[in-house]
Amino acid sequence: MHLLWIFCVYMIVLFVIGFYCILATLNIVRALIGIEILMKAVTLFIIIAGYASGRTSLSQSLVITLIVIETVLIAVAMGIVLSIYKHTKSLDTKNLTNLKG
Amino acid sequence: MAVIDELILFMLAASALWTVMTRSLLRSAIGLALTSVMLAILMFRLNNPFAAVFELSVCAGLISALFFCIITITEPLTPEKVREEAGARFGRFRYLPVIALIVGLVLRILTVKIDIKLPALAEITDVRHFLWAYRQIDLLGQIIILLCGVFGIVVLLKEIRKKGG
Repeated sequence: MHLLWIFCVYMIVLFVIGFYCILATLNIVRALIGIEILMKAVTLFIIIAGYASGRTSLSQSLVITLIVIETVLIAVAMGIVLSIYKHTKSLDTKNLTNLKG
Repeated sequence: MAVIDELILFMLAASALWTVMTRSLLRSAIGLALTSVMLAILMFRLNNPFAAVFELSVCAGLISALFFCIITITEPLTPEKVREEAGARFGRFRYLPVIALIVGLVLRILTVKIDIKLPALAEITDVRHFLWAYRQIDLLGQIIILLCGVFGIVVLLKEIRKKGG
């Protein structure tokens, strides 16, 4: 079997897991974990592309950029989660009904 | 491709699945760190040592610490509520392993051959040199994003302090 395809299969499986987690969960922290898993799938794809094309320095620089963005995203999202928790005393998305209607 | 690579890939997918499926949020955070560690090992094996070090220190370390903090700060569910939630949670997540398995098996059977043919580019093996020579805009973007993140967190925490006091 082609080497690149095996990596792509696992990348797609990771993507499915992350996407399902975001769709199915009602907990905000778990939704963030789902986003993290999606990010892992993208990171894996960049690494595979760099390895297959022989340009590992380019892939590494892109991964470093991605990791910085990922960290900032999670930090800001944590702040928002904390803010929501202070208001609603819950992490359940069902309770976020302030803008409903 | 060595058998060990496929084993690491399988462990990566399995740890991601465990992260999503497990009931406790703390275990989920640990599973996420494990997923990052598996990805870092894979990066080391695919000649990406700098990215692997970043993945290990930032994703497996810092982001996991952030998750542990937020889980500790927020109030955990009571045992009664956990029991109530367990059934509904199982109902929502029971299809995930089946879907992941079916997607994996179908894609493995398909076997698409991917050929990447890119235009020739002077290959620089040193990442630091590559970042400064070709990706200055990325570095500028990283600095701007970091500043935005810092200001965002300051504004959010200020809001919380005002509401609390």
